[in-house]
Amino acid sequence: MSENGKQNGKGAGVLELKRQDFMTDQEVRWCPGCGDYSILAQTQKTLPDLKIPREKFVFVSGIGCSSRFPYYVNSYGFHSIHGRAPAVATGIKAARPELSVWVITGDGDALSIGGNHFMHAIRRNLDINIILFNNRIYGLTKGQYSPTSEFGKKTKSTPQGSIDYPINPLCVALANEATFVGRSIDVDVKHLSTVLTQAANHKGVSFVEVFQNCNIFNDGAFKHFTEREHREDRTINLEHGKRMIFGKDRNKGIRLNGIKLEVVDLGNGITETDLLMHDAHSSDPSLAYMLARMEYPEFPVPIGVFHAVGKPTYDELMEAQVQDSISRMGPGNLEKLLNSGDTWVVE
Amino acid sequence: MPVIETENRKDLVEIENVTIRFAGDSGDGMQLTGTQFTNTSAILGNDISTLPDFPAEIRAPAGSLPGVSGFQINFSSRDIRTPGDEPNVLVAMNPAALKVNLHDLEKGGILIINSDAFAELNLKKAGYEKNPLEDGSLSAYRVISIPLTELNLNALKDLNLGRKEADRCKNFFALGMMYWLYDRPLDPTLKWMQSKFQKNPVVLEANVRALRAGFNYADTTELFTTHYRVRKASLAPGKYRNITGNEATALGFIAAAQVAKRPLFYASYPITPASDILHELSRHKNFGIKTFQAEDEIAAMTAAIGASFAGHLGLTGTSGPGVALKSEAIGLAVMTELPVVIANIQRGGPSTGLPTKTEQADLLQAMFGRNGECPVPIVAAATPSDCFAMAFEAFRIATMFMTPVFYLSDGYLGNGSEPWKLPKVDELPNIDIEYRTEAEGFHPYLRNEATLGRPWAIPGTPGLEHRIGGLEKQHITGNVSYDPDNHEFMVRLRAEKVARIANFIPEVEVFGKPEGKLLVVGWGGTYGAITSAVEVMQTRGKSVSSVHLRHLNPFPKNLGGVLSRFEKVLVPELNLGQLCLLLRARYLVDAIGFNKVKGHPFKISELVRKMEELV
Repeated sequence: MSENGKQNGKGAGVLELKRQDFMTDQEVRWCPGCGDYSILAQTQKTLPDLKIPREKFVFVSGIGCSSRFPYYVNSYGFHSIHGRAPAVATGIKAARPELSVWVITGDGDALSIGGNHFMHAIRRNLDINIILFNNRIYGLTKGQYSPTSEFGKKTKSTPQGSIDYPINPLCVALANEATFVGRSIDVDVKHLSTVLTQAANHKGVSFVEVFQNCNIFNDGAFKHFTEREHREDRTINLEHGKRMIFGKDRNKGIRLNGIKLEVVDLGNGITETDLLMHDAHSSDPSLAYMLARMEYPEFPVPIGVFHAVGKPTYDELMEAQVQDSISRMGPGNLEKLLNSGDTWVVE
Repeated sequence: MPVIETENRKDLVEIENVTIRFAGDSGDGMQLTGTQFTNTSAILGNDISTLPDFPAEIRAPAGSLPGVSGFQINFSSRDIRTPGDEPNVLVAMNPAALKVNLHDLEKGGILIINSDAFAELNLKKAGYEKNPLEDGSLSAYRVISIPLTELNLNALKDLNLGRKEADRCKNFFALGMMYWLYDRPLDPTLKWMQSKFQKNPVVLEANVRALRAGFNYADTTELFTTHYRVRKASLAPGKYRNITGNEATALGFIAAAQVAKRPLFYASYPITPASDILHELSRHKNFGIKTFQAEDEIAAMTAAIGASFAGHLGLTGTSGPGVALKSEAIGLAVMTELPVVIANIQRGGPSTGLPTKTEQADLLQAMFGRNGECPVPIVAAATPSDCFAMAFEAFRIATMFMTPVFYLSDGYLGNGSEPWKLPKVDELPNIDIEYRTEAEGFHPYLRNEATLGRPWAIPGTPGLEHRIGGLEKQHITGNVSYDPDNHEFMVRLRAEKVARIANFIPEVEVFGKPEGKLLVVGWGGTYGAITSAVEVMQTRGKSVSSVHLRHLNPFPKNLGGVLSRFEKVLVPELNLGQLCLLLRARYLVDAIGFNKVKGHPFKISELVRKMEELV
């Protein structure tokens, strides 16, 4: 543990935390080549820039390779049980709203067993950050399909191909009125850092899906658009207030044709002003939902911040009701409470 | 208090105790009637004990057998502990209520019937081929048949009320009659009506009139020649209030949080019969209490764990099915050694079982219902007012040892009421909590020498950053460890930690002589019936004593010794023998079970009969 471990940032001025302050002495046990290493590194680089004292961070995880994450971050951490991290995080954040609470989860943890808690934590708009490492497989248990695996995927539990239709985590988040929805890629380190920073700075529930490569059980799941030679042509980075242009030569775009999205080539009468301008702050998430459904090869895979709106958070509303109660009824008095109602004295 | 006319034709007879059962259709207001009678009797100074008995459905078809709702109150001028084996009086508002409850009424008991409800359709719904009021089948009882519906409507006829609304007041007419019959004042109920119906003056007027009309009717009519006085009981001096077990449970948790000077975080999911605790706690936010209605039982448990991790007193409340759902999470609380209390207000099981009926069949679930060697301390309340003390005790243990704790109550205690001698706040036990702040030498799994508890190091404390979770922990460091020797060490350490609680809980007290022919051992809500039955045996000169356990895991230190000093041990339980199994296994004693699983509490008489068999 570095010297900076003793800092608590209570005084005014800038906190001098560095990446090393967020590294633990635990040997990292993910498989060599796992996308989690990159996400860990970016997170550790991003946290110091948030200017939050280290002791205020709490990382909560469920079960899965993703969920080993807290052991490798030198902050308070809780490795809980499968699917339940959002509920544990709800207890932590609702009790202590001043803490910076992060949920680290995976496609199985959040969308299979944890689907219910995932949904409600988002619905309630707890001011927490939920980072979902989507590798489209169950890695820790060695290779079963997950709720985000492609239809027909052949795995140990589906030797003839999966007959499950997958779901899109972004859509689930938007359906539950998530107030911040973002997506990034494990190997695009700068982009990942930007999205994580925006997520952390957003007040309200921040949901980020990270495409993460499991090189042992589902290697190359995202290669077709994350590989360097294809990335620019096959992904589009959504930025609020900017036109939806993509491509290595910035010669393609997305426009709305009626109520459908379509990919167009610029030129031949189509200019930038014909393209959709991304409005991440629209109170209506419908367009964000449509963008979230863009899939390769018909569309470029969208990354970036899809939706970011503000509304009162569960933890602040809960705290406000407590304060309101205190100002209306006065601070609780145990003696008074016990002696309330109809009492009588026996001599 | 109204003046009682003691004309020659009306005798006022003093009696020691009465058990009344009010029974009617779910929509007839029997719970309300019973509660009002209870509160008035409590204020008068009687010792009381109640047993509400309601159906599981919100509103079964009117007049049907499953729709019958009942409320039994036992009130007395001496110390009583149960709601009474059999009612002396049954007030039956309709045929279904009569059908369901008649066989419980004592022979020769008073049967007050709303004769207007005994029309053909209602009789049919209740399965009567003939009208019992007319066919002589009620000859064993003192039947007082009253056209209650009509009398009530007449009393309210010049008020601007529809027939249905006016009819709804008939429970107060019945209540008024009962107040006269048992010499109770009208004032407490009138006062309650003033406050409850202040926004609706017509309804207020109607209810007041119905109450007075019932009282006056009973006073005037030839049907009642005698009324009864039940004097104040000589309870121990002090200040009292009437309280249900669920109310006392909530207050106990609030008190624990206040004494511990820590905020309470209550996470729960509505479930019968525990929902009232959520309602009660959510009204007291000014104590800094945060109540969280979770999306399901598992979320409630895990949120409570999160709150404890963050330094609050995490609490969740449920019934048997909810505990089943929470099992995995309770295991997590055991492994992470966090102070969180799980309240189980037990009900009839298994599975959905009987939601509104009482039982105590979740003891083994509390002892063993988790994967692996996963010990959890258990405490159980013995009476409605004891719920306060044991709820408080649950947090005292949880925080002292850094462990989850089960608090067991049941539907009978939760909904039943009795007078509660108010404790003095400064006489409540200590709950001393210190969060760890010193970074030097800190390890998450350091041990307190006496308790084996680990430090409570909460997020927001500089220098103590650490990670915990469900994987096995290395001793002291708390790092994840799969080492074989360490695992066995930790399993045994966790077991030893719970065992050491016995050093910090009171020894068990014997009711009666310390040795003899028969020891009756009970736990939970059977206290009243068992103690009363043992008292009867002792009065008969029999060598019977009893012990009532409020700590079930670990057992009090002296229990083995106590058991060994009796020839026979009897364990009456509302299950098939769960404490019995634990006692036999732990103490190698040939304990005999007396088991009833009917959704009702024990009767004193059936316990006495069993005890007589054994001595």
